[in-house]
Amino acid sequence: MRIFAYAVAGWLVLVGAMGILRSRNLIQATVSLSVAQSGTYVLLLAVGYQWEGAAPVFSPGSTPTSDVVDPVVQAMALTDIVVSATVTALLLALTIQIEKTHHTVDPDKLQQLKG
Amino acid sequence: MYRGLASDLAPLAVALPIVMACAVLVVQRWASRRLADLLAMVAAVAALGLSAALVAATKDGRVVTWSGGWEPRDGRSVGIVLVVDQLSAGFACLAAGLTCCALLYSWRYLEAAHGHYHALMLLFLAGMIGFVLTGDLFNMFVFFELMGVSAFALTGLHIEEPDSVQGSLNFALINSLGAYLSLMGIGLLYARTGQLGFAQLGAKLAGHPADGLIVGAFVLVTIGFLVKAAMAPMHFWLADAHAVAPTPVCVLMSGVMVEMGVYALARVYLTVFATSIPAPVVQRAFLTMGLLTAAVGSLMCFAQRHLKRLLAYSTIAHVGLFLIGFALLSPDGLAGVALYVVGHAGVKGALFLLVGLLLDRFQSLDEGKLFGRVGGRHPACWMFLLAALALAGLPPSGPGLGKAITEEAASAAGYPWLSVVFVLVSAVTGAAVLRAGLRVFLGRGHRPGPIEPAHQIGAEPKEPETEHPLRRTPLTMLVAIGALLAGSIVVGVVPALAQAVGRGAVFFSDQAGYFNQALFAVPAAPAPASAAWWSWSGILLGAASTVLAMIIAGISLHVRPPERGHFRSRMIAGVELVRRLHSGHIGDYVAWLLFGAAVLAALIGLPLLP
Repeated sequence: MRIFAYAVAGWLVLVGAMGILRSRNLIQATVSLSVAQSGTYVLLLAVGYQWEGAAPVFSPGSTPTSDVVDPVVQAMALTDIVVSATVTALLLALTIQIEKTHHTVDPDKLQQLKG
Repeated sequence: MYRGLASDLAPLAVALPIVMACAVLVVQRWASRRLADLLAMVAAVAALGLSAALVAATKDGRVVTWSGGWEPRDGRSVGIVLVVDQLSAGFACLAAGLTCCALLYSWRYLEAAHGHYHALMLLFLAGMIGFVLTGDLFNMFVFFELMGVSAFALTGLHIEEPDSVQGSLNFALINSLGAYLSLMGIGLLYARTGQLGFAQLGAKLAGHPADGLIVGAFVLVTIGFLVKAAMAPMHFWLADAHAVAPTPVCVLMSGVMVEMGVYALARVYLTVFATSIPAPVVQRAFLTMGLLTAAVGSLMCFAQRHLKRLLAYSTIAHVGLFLIGFALLSPDGLAGVALYVVGHAGVKGALFLLVGLLLDRFQSLDEGKLFGRVGGRHPACWMFLLAALALAGLPPSGPGLGKAITEEAASAAGYPWLSVVFVLVSAVTGAAVLRAGLRVFLGRGHRPGPIEPAHQIGAEPKEPETEHPLRRTPLTMLVAIGALLAGSIVVGVVPALAQAVGRGAVFFSDQAGYFNQALFAVPAAPAPASAAWWSWSGILLGAASTVLAMIIAGISLHVRPPERGHFRSRMIAGVELVRRLHSGHIGDYVAWLLFGAAVLAALIGLPLLP
């Protein structure tokens, strides 16, 4: 089952990269980048997951009685989500500006930066 | 336990620019432009002071700061750590110093400097300082993204210009994808070790022979850094971003941000993977990639006539040399690279600012259109030519010293032929800049013809970056350029600096010392005195590359190539092929990124197969 989660993570990253590679629309390229990043979420959560594990909530004075899932990777995934929101917003804003200045969002038609 | 003033400096150096960035954002709504300039400058100077104090504090070891006082017990820790040694503090100093010069250049005049420019510059600086001071792999990723996002936004600051937004988008997409691959690698490493700090990771991996997961994690983690370092074939974004970014931003990107990629590669390999992935394998892999990068960079640099792109490709060529220097995996090689980086930053920064002056006065960046328009009387002329010669390695400039020490380290590591590569690359890139300078300022040689539509390299910027085309050069701009050039020369003239870098490189490559000091607060063993200084062979090789640069520049200016001929058409076809690969298409760039990752994985993984 764990293997399955890792395979999904790897597949998402590759499919996301493939999406940017074959993209004919910069919005699609931006969303593909988010798909690739979803792979990192899946990987991080899979790394920290414990079967039958409880949420990592402790209170002072009580000793935990069961296994808990790893909170570190959850914090990393949260940070990752914040990063993703920033990058996606910036890329979409740039796409809007490209549409305004080039009147297209097709990377095949953006020919300004050759050589 | 309170460890004294020094351990407070590191978090302060990161936090201060962030706080000041917020202050600038608040203030610029109602106050004048002048106040934003002033606040940003104060913050950059303060960051420079803090980093300089850190350099002084790390003279005999490392400064370790556990944030929030979460100190390790018996070598086990849950806290997040900043570990500063002399090279990382020096890098922070370099970033802050370049930011000061960039802000001085944009003082009052630069139109781009309205609005969010100052805040973004300070966030960029905070990201870079945090990136080099951190002792934790995940925090390195976070600071990587902070510096990345501010750089993307700064590149696209002229949002009305079509080139500008496209260059910024290419930069943002490819660097973000690289960063996410890095994060995958960090996740894999955490899965294996349950740790994120460099010291803890290195301890957990020590003695484990490299298996598939460790090699995979190493390749993935470094891919993000190598995209930032513009290693071929992941370098395509760099020229696009540099061609369109505002001039002061180019100074920061070319001078220090790109080199941060090489820094991170060296840091991660030497503290985490050094005991599990054998040195000869890494050495061969990065020598190969470094040679490829240097070759592509030099070729494209010489073929350019868009001045900013020319300088950008020269940066790529030099990154190739830095990668080669890292691949030697010796303290001397690292010391050479560190000095080379500082010297290169000063020279390249000055060159970018000089090109920015041309753009503001003549509204063009094309070697042909600017031909002979400036005249030799202008002080910029001699600064430009001096910088070109320093880039070629003229003794006693900083780049020359770095080159000389790296060449010696290469000979000591058993690769004496690398000296030829260093001489050739610095001569060719120096010659390209020299040729451009002689044409633009002195009108030497024949005028290059108008650009053929097929070779159109980015539309010309139509507007100067200042509000009006400049009639005369403002003093602040000239001072910024002079400071950068002087800084670059000082590196090659003051022996104490090279000594300090030499000692710092010994600390930098001491994995056991890093582990002991970070987790057990064991004081570092004193580093031996360093012999990093000019040697006769270094001076001779520096002079050779300078003379070679002059000869190449002279030939390209005065000798008209034969109109027809088998050799010529072969050459043109070759250059044209490489040039066509730089398509400006984001899909192509992603394909090259994946290809580069596969090549690197093969170079490191295949020799380790049982």
